[in-house]
Amino acid sequence: MYRVVLASRKTVEWIGLLLVAFLFVFPFLWMASTAFKTMPEVLQFPPTLLPETWEWSNFAQAWESGPFLMYTWNSILVAVGILLLQFLTAVPAAYAFARYKFPGRNLLFGLVLIVLMIPGQVIFLPIYVQLSGWGLVNTLWSLILPYAASAFGIFLLRQAFMQVPDEVIEAARLDNASEWKIMWTIMVPMAKPVLVTFGLFSFIYHWNDYFWPLIMTNSDEVRTLPIGISSLHMSDGGTLWNVMMAGNMILILPILVIFFVAQRHIIKAFIYQSK
Amino acid sequence: MRKAATVQELPGVSQSKKEVSSQAFAWSDLASRLRPYLYLAPALICFALFFFYPIGSIIYLSFQDWSLINLEQMEWVGLQNYQDLMVDGDFHQVLGNTAVFTIATVGIGLTLSFLLALWLNKKAKVYGIIQATVFSPHIISLVSVSMLWMWLMDPQFGLLNAGLEAVGLPAYTWLTDPKSSLLSLIIVSIWKGVGYNTLIFIAGLQSIPGDIYEAAALDQSPWWRTLRRITIPMLSPTIFFLLIINTISSFQAFDTIAIMTQGGPINSTNMLVYYIYEQGMDFYNGGIASAASVILLILVGILTAVHFLVMSKRVHYR
Repeated sequence: MYRVVLASRKTVEWIGLLLVAFLFVFPFLWMASTAFKTMPEVLQFPPTLLPETWEWSNFAQAWESGPFLMYTWNSILVAVGILLLQFLTAVPAAYAFARYKFPGRNLLFGLVLIVLMIPGQVIFLPIYVQLSGWGLVNTLWSLILPYAASAFGIFLLRQAFMQVPDEVIEAARLDNASEWKIMWTIMVPMAKPVLVTFGLFSFIYHWNDYFWPLIMTNSDEVRTLPIGISSLHMSDGGTLWNVMMAGNMILILPILVIFFVAQRHIIKAFIYQSK
Repeated sequence: MRKAATVQELPGVSQSKKEVSSQAFAWSDLASRLRPYLYLAPALICFALFFFYPIGSIIYLSFQDWSLINLEQMEWVGLQNYQDLMVDGDFHQVLGNTAVFTIATVGIGLTLSFLLALWLNKKAKVYGIIQATVFSPHIISLVSVSMLWMWLMDPQFGLLNAGLEAVGLPAYTWLTDPKSSLLSLIIVSIWKGVGYNTLIFIAGLQSIPGDIYEAAALDQSPWWRTLRRITIPMLSPTIFFLLIINTISSFQAFDTIAIMTQGGPINSTNMLVYYIYEQGMDFYNGGIASAASVILLILVGILTAVHFLVMSKRVHYR
């Protein structure tokens, strides 16, 4: 009797788990399935689970509906450019906060925490006005510069640098290594896991970003993938759901691949925000 | 602060120079005092330019009548923009929508996440896989998530209605009916966010020391009492953190609105950030948009301040 109860409880648990997985994975599978269907099949009732004929041309159609090569290139430039600049500004700042005592340290770190907590959406208008005064609106700079420093990056790296044992640094100082050299050749390699974590976080965030490019750009030369993809559903003559879903697969796929490869790092990167 | 002390002693490296020239020592001493500020400068300059200055600027701009078309033409109007917002029915609705959206997504989202976390917080590999699955929408662009759900919610050919019809329920006009449009956005938002909250809850659960539960088990405390007396109180910092973070991010809702509804039908899904965007970028009411931004800034600022105060208190009592 006991064994039967135990077995049925286990079955219920498994059904529950499958149901949860279904709820979160199925929409993406449905997107993939739609991306390969022909338009008549998309509108068919009842809907088919898998495409009857695999329509690969949807992807070509999505790709050719705008200058997608340019969008992709811009997306890469912006996401990587931001990442590099954040890295260059965050390492010295985090090093200063972690390893020096100086007047105003707590105050300045408090300012960083405020930046961490207040979202940029609150102040996009004055930034737009400012960038337009510098003639930078509708350039890639307007997408990169406002994110050149990351409060989150400073916060994360500071914690990593604080954990490096003093002996390591003292040994380097005895060898007459300059502070600058200690920072880049000793601290940075020792903080590598945190750097990877932060890099993934930053890249994913800016690869996905829709708001900022929408505000700051108005021509194809400087637009990024999310903007290009979002314009797919404004085609006349009914929504081409299959092409739309194919376009979105192009946007999602790199992130999904990264997620499968570096799942643990990525989850950690997003969870770190809470610490 | 031992590390700091060694840094202060750093000029010791140049102590031999000191004997040669006291002038040189003073210079290197000054350099090492300035060093942390130099290291901070690039980041702080960025924050000054793209965060603190804009915050001052938005307050200033909210007292002006201006538009993006001609920035030369600014006219001081005092509190006029705020007064206009006070009497604007649309803005009242925007505030109402934002409040309903926030309370619903945060309330329902956190409850679901908490239950999921209690359930999925187990060692076996399956649970790890399910955790990753639930988390996966969090890293997908809101553009794709919005378009995907538009497709699922399509009134004629969408899968949701096909499902409802299959079990004999009436179809919904999810996004095009003002009665259900906000609810539809709430569903999408919860679906996207629940995984993040679940993982934070699990991290919180795992930081509760196991011996407390062992003691409770020895006392034969029923599970609900353990939950109410141990788990929830021990998780309260996590719960509080998630409340603040989720509320702030609900205030920022934009992508889903811009892609799925454009604030409609009849203003039923318009929320603060979208309203600011519309007023500033589409209707060229810079002053109104700025005043609404300041209101949003105040709301977020209050939440942030409460967060800091409560969290610092917690650290204090530890």
